[in-house]
Amino acid sequence: MDSAMTTNTLKLPEKATKKRDWIETVFHLLFLGCAMVGVLSVATIAWFVFHEGLPAFQQAGISEIIFGREWLPPALFGIAPMIVASLISTLGAVIIGVPIAILTAVFLAELAPKWLANLVRPAVELLAGIPSVVYGFFGLVIIVPMIEVLFHIPAGNTILAGIIVLAIMILPTVITISETSLRALPSTYKEAALALGASHIYSIFRVLIPAARSGIYTGISLGVARAIGETMAIIMVMGNAPAMPGSLLEPARTLTANIAMEMSYATGIHASALYSTGIVLLVFIVLLNASLLYLNHKRSH
Amino acid sequence: MNKLTINNLDLFYGENHALKDISLNIPNRKVTALIGPSGCGKSTLLRTLNRMNDLVENVKITGDVHFDGEDIYQQSDVKALRKRVGMVFQKANPFPMSIFENVAFGLKAQGVKSTEEIKAVVEESLRSAALWDEVKDRLDSDAFGLSGGQQQRLCIARAIAMEPEVILMDEPTSALDPIATHKIEELMDELRKKFTIVIVTHSMNQAKRIADKTAFFWMGELVEHGETDQIFNNPIDTRTQGYVSGEFG
Repeated sequence: MDSAMTTNTLKLPEKATKKRDWIETVFHLLFLGCAMVGVLSVATIAWFVFHEGLPAFQQAGISEIIFGREWLPPALFGIAPMIVASLISTLGAVIIGVPIAILTAVFLAELAPKWLANLVRPAVELLAGIPSVVYGFFGLVIIVPMIEVLFHIPAGNTILAGIIVLAIMILPTVITISETSLRALPSTYKEAALALGASHIYSIFRVLIPAARSGIYTGISLGVARAIGETMAIIMVMGNAPAMPGSLLEPARTLTANIAMEMSYATGIHASALYSTGIVLLVFIVLLNASLLYLNHKRSH
Repeated sequence: MNKLTINNLDLFYGENHALKDISLNIPNRKVTALIGPSGCGKSTLLRTLNRMNDLVENVKITGDVHFDGEDIYQQSDVKALRKRVGMVFQKANPFPMSIFENVAFGLKAQGVKSTEEIKAVVEESLRSAALWDEVKDRLDSDAFGLSGGQQQRLCIARAIAMEPEVILMDEPTSALDPIATHKIEELMDELRKKFTIVIVTHSMNQAKRIADKTAFFWMGELVEHGETDQIFNNPIDTRTQGYVSGEFG
């Protein structure tokens, strides 16, 4: 009886251990597999876009495409106007949207009474969920006519309209991430600043925002990525003329709009030129992420 | 002469009666230690002295605290009060900026613009905090690069820079090793010549070493206070006796 029990207790853990090890391995592979989905997708997209876009670069020439000011397929494939339109509209959206977003985040994290924060926060989150085509409607119905009236121009479909719509679209991303990073700060920063006789507002601008900057940078870069990648709303409000814009009150076509509007009927080198537009977009996104890495790296040293 | 006079102070966090009818005098240019087991209210009392409890929601305070004869809860300018009553926290909490900027922070917050003046005060404060020789060649480097003890002395320098009259210390050495603790205690011996110091400490040996006066708290009550010698050698209350002899707490 005694010996039987001993063998039993010896056997059981061994079996259980083996089973645990096996489960351990399975989960390890499962996690690895999931992680690979993202990596493989990026690699596939990059390969595919480069593979399709390179022929246009080879035939039309890299500088002719990137610096060319005329887009007249199938003869000329200059996308400089689109590069300028994408950069200007994104930059404008950041200049208008980011300060509003950061101040909103500060308000929600530090200043707002609870009831008001509980009103503003869901509204902001709702903003994040609105489809971009609905933003396009909003732009068409409100922003575009407003620009026509304010600036006395016949057509309000302009870069400025795009900038305003994009600025609103990036708000929720920047607000939510900035607020989260402000809330994640240890309370000791705020206490230390207040205990030195600093005002609440001074503490916010000199201690809390700088301390939360890596999170705020992340929010901004996600906002920029959204602005530069936005297509539908931009097509609806920016006029889409493939010419170099002379001012914010002229229509323009972004890189994304160029691809979306012509892909359905483009063939041959024209199609390839659209893929090369995609290459330029990808390069911008990579540069954006690289600069974010650099900023956060610089901060931690 | 008393720098701070606390009269019949009661403090509630919501329903929790955290301080019960506290009356205590804090003498000028002396070190007063607040001791007692965790949760006895000693840190809470410390935080009423510079109104840091104002940050807590649902806090209710009755009674009064006089600072040089003026009731700090009647006076509306909390910033002016906190300029005169500095604080050093349990865990060294330098700001994520350079050593220089940490010490200069309070001055800049007060609107001091003159670079010369700020430089002079920063140097003097770092000297008073016995940190100058260790950091004078790297004032522009990040404060987080300092050791724990140096960070805590930096926080003391930051408080001194405001030229406060009182410095509140909330277990300033509890996160430090014995050598760093020794340095801070030596420093406090210097500081008591210029400042009134109130320190919360868990270490009875620390209270014995540095405090002129000691107050013992137990479950929100001030059980006994007096000369440090008397509290440790001839405690009147049996609870004080039990605590200082190490029987509980």
